Amino acid sequence: MILPFFVIIPLGAAFLISLFGKKIKNFGDLLANLGTLSLLVFSLYSISKVFTNKILVYKVGGWMPPLGISMVLDGLSSFMLVTVNLVSFLVTIYSISYMEKYTDKYRFYTLFMLMLTGMNGIIITGDLFNLFVFLEIASIASYALVAFGTEAEELEASFKYAVMGSVASSFVLLGIALLYSYTSTLNMADISQVLSGRPAGMMVNFVAVLFLAGFGLKAALVPFHAWLPDAHPAAPAPISAMLSGVLIKVLGVYAIMRIFFNLIGINTVILAMLMFLGAVSMLMGVILALAQWDFKRLLAYHSISQIGYVILGIGLGTPLGILGGLFHLFNHSIFKSLLFLNSGAVDYSLGTRDLQKMGGLREKMPVTANTSLIASMSIAGIPPFNGFFSKLIIIFACIQANRFGYAFCAIAASILTLASFMKVQKYAFFGKLNPKWQNIKEVPWPMKLSMIALGVICVISALLIMPLFKPFLQSAANVLLLGNGYKDMVFGALK
Amino acid sequence: MIEYILCFILFCIGLYCVLRKRNIIKIVIGLGIVEYAVNLFFVLIGFRMHGRAPILAKDQTISNMVDPLPQALVLTSIVIGLAVTALIVAIAIRLYEKYGTFDITKIRRLRG
Amino acid sequence: MKNKKEVGMTLIVKTITRLTVGLILLYGIYIVLHGHVSPGGGFAGGVIIALSFIHLMLAFGKEAALKKLSQAASSILESLGALMFLSIALLGFLGGYFFFNFFLHKGTPFALFSAGIIPLCNIAISLKVGAGLFAIFAVLILFKSR
Repeated sequence: MILPFFVIIPLGAAFLISLFGKKIKNFGDLLANLGTLSLLVFSLYSISKVFTNKILVYKVGGWMPPLGISMVLDGLSSFMLVTVNLVSFLVTIYSISYMEKYTDKYRFYTLFMLMLTGMNGIIITGDLFNLFVFLEIASIASYALVAFGTEAEELEASFKYAVMGSVASSFVLLGIALLYSYTSTLNMADISQVLSGRPAGMMVNFVAVLFLAGFGLKAALVPFHAWLPDAHPAAPAPISAMLSGVLIKVLGVYAIMRIFFNLIGINTVILAMLMFLGAVSMLMGVILALAQWDFKRLLAYHSISQIGYVILGIGLGTPLGILGGLFHLFNHSIFKSLLFLNSGAVDYSLGTRDLQKMGGLREKMPVTANTSLIASMSIAGIPPFNGFFSKLIIIFACIQANRFGYAFCAIAASILTLASFMKVQKYAFFGKLNPKWQNIKEVPWPMKLSMIALGVICVISALLIMPLFKPFLQSAANVLLLGNGYKDMVFGALK
Repeated sequence: MIEYILCFILFCIGLYCVLRKRNIIKIVIGLGIVEYAVNLFFVLIGFRMHGRAPILAKDQTISNMVDPLPQALVLTSIVIGLAVTALIVAIAIRLYEKYGTFDITKIRRLRG
Repeated sequence: MKNKKEVGMTLIVKTITRLTVGLILLYGIYIVLHGHVSPGGGFAGGVIIALSFIHLMLAFGKEAALKKLSQAASSILESLGALMFLSIALLGFLGGYFFFNFFLHKGTPFALFSAGIIPLCNIAISLKVGAGLFAIFAVLILFKSR
């Protein structure tokens, strides 16, 4: 019963804001925050639903699933929903004051809520073509949001992103067309059932390659990463936080996990490919990041590297690896969005993103400096923070699976990440205050509030691995470990 | 079989156009070709020999129709293609305002 | 002959447009309303409705068309169309499911007043598509003239 509301609430909010946002002042702020808050409450409620029922299947329009569209809520969906809606709620609080400097704030909220509709729809849907439609909704909204400032650089980045993203979507659609011609059904569980009844042929391998290219481009894995370092810094800071924090994970990583593990069925070749791509993006991203002086561009390269960790963990295919990959996915969405919000706060006060022009901001902006210190230590993997535990689990999983080379890559990338963030801290927040910045002030309270909240979550989400909270992660990992058993769960829930 | 191969050739022509051309309007046209190649492929999947259009009429029995589902899906994907094309054309016009050129090799302010 | 500034195309085009534009609009509305019993539907009809306004704009210049349907009005209509579609879907909860076909359930084939919510959905879609397509066209035109 609660399932369709994950799509209804943001979609309704988007069009109500576009209708009334111009006339009534602050209507956009109010409705967007209420919408994301209610989505967060619904997604937290969905955890308890998953614990009691295991899996929930909703028949849209009362049609039975192989014919009609279905919505499926299982452990993985619930885990992703909590991640997306937690970050989006804190980001909307942040944008109350950050977006003041742009005109047409209500248009920003309309596009933001449409992007959220797309992401929630991808997570909740149980139908392959429906997944494509929601993917396009989220992508088109994000192309427009990257170009929101309509300056020369932003338009250039958005054009690049839009062209590459459209080609990726065409690959995905071609894959869906081939899969439909092979199985003559579009329901995910039904496709899995048909595929498991037939020998795997060349067709399925070709489809797998198309999906890997399409969703890999959306996830910015290394051969397909060229759009990300342009597009993410060009967007306004709250949107950078959403794009880096959750969009690439939902459009890329979640879709890869769901389709390869539950639909097509995983095999060693695909796993080896995922691991290789993960390790390459992990190293390439961090090496490219070392040379950057633009704060947001540096963070964007780190996104590529951290997505590499997630893909490596999932590509190991062992229970521990998948658990670590999912845990790192959650942690990365928290600390990377916090870092992007920090860079936005610095940009808001100083008007520059160049690290060489900053220095000594600690005394003037204590909240920003301290939260960014927490986030930097999390991303670099310093013990009490969440990033340490997830990286540790991934490295242990590599060693357990006898993949010592990949374990070494992960450790090396972690050390390079630490070096790169020491540079950020040294040049931006420590050191002597540049006399030019004598009159700067700390940012307004909504921005402070959301940064502090994310900083606190950075610390306490390390507890997710403790036995008390572990079932939340474990139920998500179990869905992937189930593999082809997904179809039996879905059809079992229908009876 | 030949029609599927021609479809893939069309797809590759569109991809070539996107990757190789320098004018941004030509890139947008290339994206259109890619989209329509996929749409064409989708419609061809539903084809059956001597089938008739999937329309219910008063004096006809329901037999030997082509598959109506791919046609509905193609309609959806055409709508999506329309939205993407409109957005990219709008961005291209703005780019022309800012840079004064349609040449993609001259639009290079982002580096690194 | 030219005593005032000429906007739009020649007299021939304008006369033909005056004759045909109403018919095109009417044909669009026909396609929308018969979408559930014959080929067509919300998207096709909406495109034809938008084309009638674009036709007007091409023949008489943008002021004449924007006087009939301004850009702000078309963006409001677009949002209204989307909200109407969503609220029809929400009303399906009366029958227990999202998007449930809740009234005149299982209509008779070939009858105009049947098929429950599908004609209403078609009207909402046509509003959204027609207004949206016209707004896109108007925005691209206004870009060029600036």
